[in-house]
Amino acid sequence: MHSRQATLLVALLLATGCSEARKSSPAPATSAAAAEETVKAEPTHAPAVPPPTGRDRPAKVVVDLEVKEVVRELADGVKYTFWTFGGQVPGRFIRVRQGDTVELHLQNHPDNKMPHNIDLHAVTGPGGGAASTFTAPGHQTQFTFRALNSGLYVYHCATAPVGMHVANGMYGLIYVEPTQPLPPVDHEFYVMQGDFYTVGKYREKGLQPFDMQKAIEENATYVVFNGSEGSLIGDNALRAKVGEKIRIFVGNGGPNLISSFHLIGEIFDRVYGEAGTSFSENVQTTVVPPGGAAIVELTVQVPGTYILVDHALFRAFNKGALGMLKVDGPEQKEIYSGREIDSVYLGDKATATGAMQTAAENAAKGALTREDQIAAGRQLFLGTCSPCHQLEGQGVLGAFPPLAKSDFLMADKQRSIGIVLNGKTGPITVNGKELNSVMPPLSQLPDDDIANILTFVRNSWGNTGAAVTRDEVSAVRSSTPRPPGAAR
Amino acid sequence: MLAVTSVALSARGQAPAPEAASTMARVGPGAYRPLYPPSAAEAEVPVKAFLLDRLPVTNAAFLAFALAHPEWRRDRVPGVFADEGYLSHWASAADLGADVDQEQPVVRVSWFAAKTYCAARGARLPTEAEWELAASASRTRPDGRGDPAWREQILAWYSRPNPPRLPRVGTTPPNYWGVRDLQGVVWEWVLDFNSTMVNTDARRAGDRDRLTFCGGGAINATDKEDYPSFMRVAFRSSLRADYTTNNLGFRCAADDVRGDR
Repeated sequence: MHSRQATLLVALLLATGCSEARKSSPAPATSAAAAEETVKAEPTHAPAVPPPTGRDRPAKVVVDLEVKEVVRELADGVKYTFWTFGGQVPGRFIRVRQGDTVELHLQNHPDNKMPHNIDLHAVTGPGGGAASTFTAPGHQTQFTFRALNSGLYVYHCATAPVGMHVANGMYGLIYVEPTQPLPPVDHEFYVMQGDFYTVGKYREKGLQPFDMQKAIEENATYVVFNGSEGSLIGDNALRAKVGEKIRIFVGNGGPNLISSFHLIGEIFDRVYGEAGTSFSENVQTTVVPPGGAAIVELTVQVPGTYILVDHALFRAFNKGALGMLKVDGPEQKEIYSGREIDSVYLGDKATATGAMQTAAENAAKGALTREDQIAAGRQLFLGTCSPCHQLEGQGVLGAFPPLAKSDFLMADKQRSIGIVLNGKTGPITVNGKELNSVMPPLSQLPDDDIANILTFVRNSWGNTGAAVTRDEVSAVRSSTPRPPGAAR
Repeated sequence: MLAVTSVALSARGQAPAPEAASTMARVGPGAYRPLYPPSAAEAEVPVKAFLLDRLPVTNAAFLAFALAHPEWRRDRVPGVFADEGYLSHWASAADLGADVDQEQPVVRVSWFAAKTYCAARGARLPTEAEWELAASASRTRPDGRGDPAWREQILAWYSRPNPPRLPRVGTTPPNYWGVRDLQGVVWEWVLDFNSTMVNTDARRAGDRDRLTFCGGGAINATDKEDYPSFMRVAFRSSLRADYTTNNLGFRCAADDVRGDR
């Protein structure tokens, strides 16, 4: 029989957590137990939150939580084997009241391959329930705890290798309502961030295995809300109406990355930082650590789409940490006007405006030089092209392709004329990097302008190439179809 | 049922020696490095050479056993020796039925049943050290654990849910010792499955707290990147001897009568 060196690490961590100042504890368990009613919890999938308990006294709450290992989409066309509490990531949201006696049943589905357990941060006791709920596939366990402290708590699997179980999605939230509940709001939502580590690159299609080495290096392939890249996008967006008050229960399962939770275009009226009992007002971004949570409240005053992000922005734009809150209702122009002015502003580059005129005059005389074209093209580029392709033609990583030193641009003159005229949608590879975005057709520009723009970009920022003539543009215009809606 | 009958005869054979040449492979001698060494002096556990089934025990072989030893039929086995899941995927206590392949590894067997099956063959279950020694071999090397690609391959199987239908035995290539299916098909019982991590009751009984969940699981581990070992330790320690699961089978071992010089 082997014997093992012991450690009380988990217990020590919990003891430290419990030493923080918290709200009053309920009466001892013995006094109320006899009169307690028994209720069955109805935990919800994200982004739904169970309704308030509506109780003014403690009860015995029975919670059933089923662990399932499932293959689901992590991103469009990307499958992953998630280990879940309840069939989805994050795990089902559990709602109880401070002082409740919670009887938790953990069921490990017979089709699962792994043993699992649950450590709820709302539990006062060594392991948070982990030792009591260690469950083989096809079996179930049960333990009971008293919800002594109010607040929003993460729960997660704590079976070795713990990091892998959590990285596969084994986390969720339990909300212990305080005896004095928070004021009612119009909507409550459940949003939980997590980081994922796959062998394939971001958005590489197919069933992607867990990459242990990337996880150890904390080099996330995906950072997402509610278990997949599209979970809060488009038809899945959170919805509210102008004037409504919203409370979001925000959690972070990790396993590795701290969230800088931000809602673009809104200011949180209140944030219960780290989901503690006190709140801050007028917060722009709140930190949510792995294994931690926050409660944020806001009132939406202006209609439109608000974007949830981890404001560590490459996670938002390159790893999936984006969600949407769509707000319907009448415009509120006194709060937000919308765009009032949209005109070209050239700043100190305005001295060059004469270049277009010079090019036009010389072209009329049949004396147009390459230098004339480059000067005029620069002018047009600044007004028309630089918002996306940027002032130095460097593009925007992952969104707008670079023109500077661009192999794609320089490979085919005819093609580049066609793209300016007809736009371009779908994947392309520029300097070895794949992009997938949309360029609108610019067929409203005259042939002269397009010729000048292309002559400029083909002779700037490290590109060297032949000039593009008006006739060449004209030929492509007459030989290619415009997309629907584009100028002829 | 002819095939079953012939397997039944061989399963009732007395000594392992005559069949060893064909159905068992000689493994070791070698040294097993436990994930959680009991003490610094036991960082390596010597393992004598032993014989190990080249393949996991199949449904057909276990059916023959149950027919020959009816006390292990699912309708007669005492509840203390096997939980309700015992052989529940078979059509009946004495018939596999159309949905169960004779050549799939038998699963939903308890430790008691597996141990008795091997004893009836004049064999025994492998110890954890023996099983781990055999399973640490890659196709070409007796110890493939330092090879990240090999580890990744094993981990990939552990990461997937059970397939709707288990493969037949023998579908994976033989390892260095000529043993197949140690990884990639089913979990397997070992004789001392509950020695690595004690269960919660035993943990409370001792004066030393032994956690293999959460933080405690990593503190004493010898190789923190050996995730497959973590997973096998976690799986075994979640079991009780009467438990059965959809993906837990076994194979038998025997002492090497030639010795290990």
